[in-house]
Amino acid sequence: MGATAHTDHHHHEETFISKYMFSQDHKMISKQFLITGMIMAVMGMIMSTLFRLQLGWQGESFWILNFFLGDKWAPDGILDPNMYLALVTIHGTIMVFFLLTGGLSGTFANLLIPLQIGARDMASGFINMLSYWFFLASSVVMVSSFFIETGPASGGWTVYPPLSALPQAMPGSGLGMTLWLASMSLFIVSSLLGGLNYVVTVINLRTKGMTMTRLPLSIWALFITAVLGVLSFPVLFSAALLLIFDRSFGTAFYLSDIHIAGEVMEQTGGSPILYEHLFWFLGHPEVYIVLLPALGITSEVIATNARKPIFGYRAMIGSILAIAFLSFIVWGHHMYLTGMNPFLGAVFTFTTLLIAIPSAVKAFNYITTLWKGNIRFTPAMLFSIGMVSTFISGGVTGIILADSALDINVHDTYFVVAHFHIVMGLSAVLAMFAGVYHWFPKMYGKLMNRKLGYAHFWITFVCAYGVFFPQHFLGLAGVPRRYYTNSEFPMFDDLISINEMVSIFAIVGALAQFIFIFNFFYSIFRGTRSSQNPWGSNTLEWTTPVEHIHGNWPGPLPTVHRWAYDYSKPGKEEDFVPQTVPLEEGEMDGGAGH
Amino acid sequence: MVTFLIILSIALAVLAVGQLMRVFEATSKLRGDVSPLPTDAENKYQSRMMIVLMLSYFGFFIWLMARYGGHLLPISASEHGETLDTLLNFNFWIIILVFFITHIYLFYFAFKYVFSADRKAYYYTHSNKLELLWTLVPAAFLAVIIVYGLSSWIDITGEAPKGSLTIELYPKQFDWTARYAGSDTTLGASNYNMISATNPLGLITKGSLEQMTAEVKAEIAELQEAYDAAPEGGLAKEELEEKIAKKNRQLDRINSFGSLDAASLAGGDDDILVKSEFVIPRGKEVSFKFRSRDVIHSAYMPHFRAQMNCVPGMVTSFHFKPTITTAEMKEITQKDDFEYILLCNKICGAAHYNMQMTIKVVEPEEFNKWMAEQKTFAESIAPADETTAVKAEENGNEISMIAQ
Repeated sequence: MGATAHTDHHHHEETFISKYMFSQDHKMISKQFLITGMIMAVMGMIMSTLFRLQLGWQGESFWILNFFLGDKWAPDGILDPNMYLALVTIHGTIMVFFLLTGGLSGTFANLLIPLQIGARDMASGFINMLSYWFFLASSVVMVSSFFIETGPASGGWTVYPPLSALPQAMPGSGLGMTLWLASMSLFIVSSLLGGLNYVVTVINLRTKGMTMTRLPLSIWALFITAVLGVLSFPVLFSAALLLIFDRSFGTAFYLSDIHIAGEVMEQTGGSPILYEHLFWFLGHPEVYIVLLPALGITSEVIATNARKPIFGYRAMIGSILAIAFLSFIVWGHHMYLTGMNPFLGAVFTFTTLLIAIPSAVKAFNYITTLWKGNIRFTPAMLFSIGMVSTFISGGVTGIILADSALDINVHDTYFVVAHFHIVMGLSAVLAMFAGVYHWFPKMYGKLMNRKLGYAHFWITFVCAYGVFFPQHFLGLAGVPRRYYTNSEFPMFDDLISINEMVSIFAIVGALAQFIFIFNFFYSIFRGTRSSQNPWGSNTLEWTTPVEHIHGNWPGPLPTVHRWAYDYSKPGKEEDFVPQTVPLEEGEMDGGAGH
Repeated sequence: MVTFLIILSIALAVLAVGQLMRVFEATSKLRGDVSPLPTDAENKYQSRMMIVLMLSYFGFFIWLMARYGGHLLPISASEHGETLDTLLNFNFWIIILVFFITHIYLFYFAFKYVFSADRKAYYYTHSNKLELLWTLVPAAFLAVIIVYGLSSWIDITGEAPKGSLTIELYPKQFDWTARYAGSDTTLGASNYNMISATNPLGLITKGSLEQMTAEVKAEIAELQEAYDAAPEGGLAKEELEEKIAKKNRQLDRINSFGSLDAASLAGGDDDILVKSEFVIPRGKEVSFKFRSRDVIHSAYMPHFRAQMNCVPGMVTSFHFKPTITTAEMKEITQKDDFEYILLCNKICGAAHYNMQMTIKVVEPEEFNKWMAEQKTFAESIAPADETTAVKAEENGNEISMIAQ
């Protein structure tokens, strides 16, 4: 990442270390989050490809398994069942937390919040820098768990005790689990430092005229995401802390009545259900911590490229707020079958299904935004349209899973895997790609190659559905998730060809990501130079110079006169009116007045 | 070597693409095409691809339905499962309808409103009427789904009817044991401190208390011997001391069970324990109780649309009424090797993928016959040739161990 090194408008000397490593500039920190997130994502993706090899061709030997995992974990190229579980666990952890929480929010909240609200930087550059360094440290600790004798944590990304609490239960619950907990603790610190900064910045540092109802939806989404994180991550921290106590200091928060490895455990009185409550109190808002920034990015990209105001701006804000509020009272839908009181299950079914309403409003509003638009198919736009598709496809199956009665038979099957990968994983990843293609000119002053972008989108999108859509059928046939092989059950024999198909799509889709990575780095160094406002956008980030400077704007901060969505406004010559253009006499601000 | 060659060829491929890109970009600059925006041709092409995408996506869905729709679970083998299947189908009709309608609009609009420099988009910021419409319509559908879903849920999770057949499923890494309540129709008391090779569920009966006390005492004696032999002040000695203390504490807990009343102590004697396969009668409500010995497991019986987690330290429950025997289901599915199964559906360790038990559903008469052939717990823990002695003990002999 040395593309912007040519010019330096700033007065004081910057060394390599202060500019690229311990930078307190939000734009550089954003790039640091993005690149770290990408490295983590590639690792998470390779892990998924490795276990897909086992699932697609069960029990067969692949030299590449042995190449990556060695003789201990893939003897003769056949994956070890413990390593299978470890790969599934760390893949989930990396994708949910390191890519789609740290990577997604870290990149776009850092890049967009100061630039789109008209601030010179984050409220605290130093805390912002710390947030990145905690993130990097937690990434390093998480990955390092692959290099220890007993292997990484392998109890699933939710790491339910007692499985995760007792080293006797599986090898991954030894040192690997300790590292997982250490890594997550660092991650939570990073997330809280970042989140507090985002909240404070949005509340305090908006430029003149930038009222809350003139904020772009990307900022609303990132702002509410940060609020969710600040309110829920501490609960995960307490869950992790109590688990550390149970593992290392003989307490019994989560343990009771256990007889394992021929030994009677003396801890009594605890309950694993307590852990599940604490975990999912974060875990469900976490879904929206992943999804809201994705929806925010999609709103920007779709409005810009449809050359049309986002439809129902206030309804979009309202639905973000509604989703955020409801996300705190639905965690129990992960626990219908834990033995929790069925009445409580009924309450959670009710609250969970309510979330479908604001989600439906968002989907319909995106579709209406396209209606009578003037659509430019940039790669970012394609990814955003794809995101709306996955948001709908994955969202509707949520109605089945939210229903406690129906959950009985599909709980923990591949139906769930299909659902959350499509609605949360794919939607967020596609939106993140859209964001990178869209804001790449802002980050690096260059354009990414469009043709490669198209190729990347089409292969990725087709493979994404090819991987996850068929998994609904596995789930409806009763195939449980996290099974090393289905071959022990003759009833699943008819479905083996699904697994093979899914694995082929997964491998092709994974390879296609190298098109993106190539395009990304190639464009940083050799891409076409971008103009100041390549997409004809209204938002403030496109009023800053192409070359990054500290403080973002060379002169005084811009003043905002209108909402962010005056695209194709009647009576205007251009099909966009930047937020800095004053209202003409008698002109109504589009976002105001309902 | 192979590895090296592959890495080398990947590196070469990257370089080659890089060179191609430079040539491509250089020529496009010569043509003056450096606009960040897609050309008209590109826009047109991508917009048409939206229709191709929509049709392929729908086609894929329909193909999957045709190819695999017949390989999903067979019809429900339990009474409540039929309700659930109807509810599931009802939900599916709604969401598939929504899926198709929204996708048609999404991709059709994307296709239709492709960019043209000659026109402007329609400046349409909001419509309270429309937004109200698509808040209220989903809300109305959801209200139906919620009411329908919850009424089923409440029926299913209610108390098991009186006179149900009680069965406990007890998992450990990585197998299941099923326990029938026996002639007294109640499950005898149990505790994890009582678990031993002959008593995998830790039942508390006069016989098992006697055996367990003797067993733990013998272990303590053995440890004591090792302790005496260990060199003074060594680490091993300390460890042994701890172990002995731990065993003594376990012994105390075991002894405390002796104070249970005689009826409770007798409750487990007639219980029946089976492994690898359990049998249930058709048409009779079965009330399952679940505990767990080590980690969380989940008892999943997909053919009966039944599932419940097994949590250490808790007793959870689920009940259903089987309606189709195994023999009948073999005919329905036209598979001679068809069996109902119980499988573990909560990640529990390395062999999680193979933790199963066969369930046989038979006619009630056959079930009674089968039950009569099973050994009771009291019989199973008694040494093979001393069954008569145990019988005598049951007839009222004091258990001297408990008095200690």
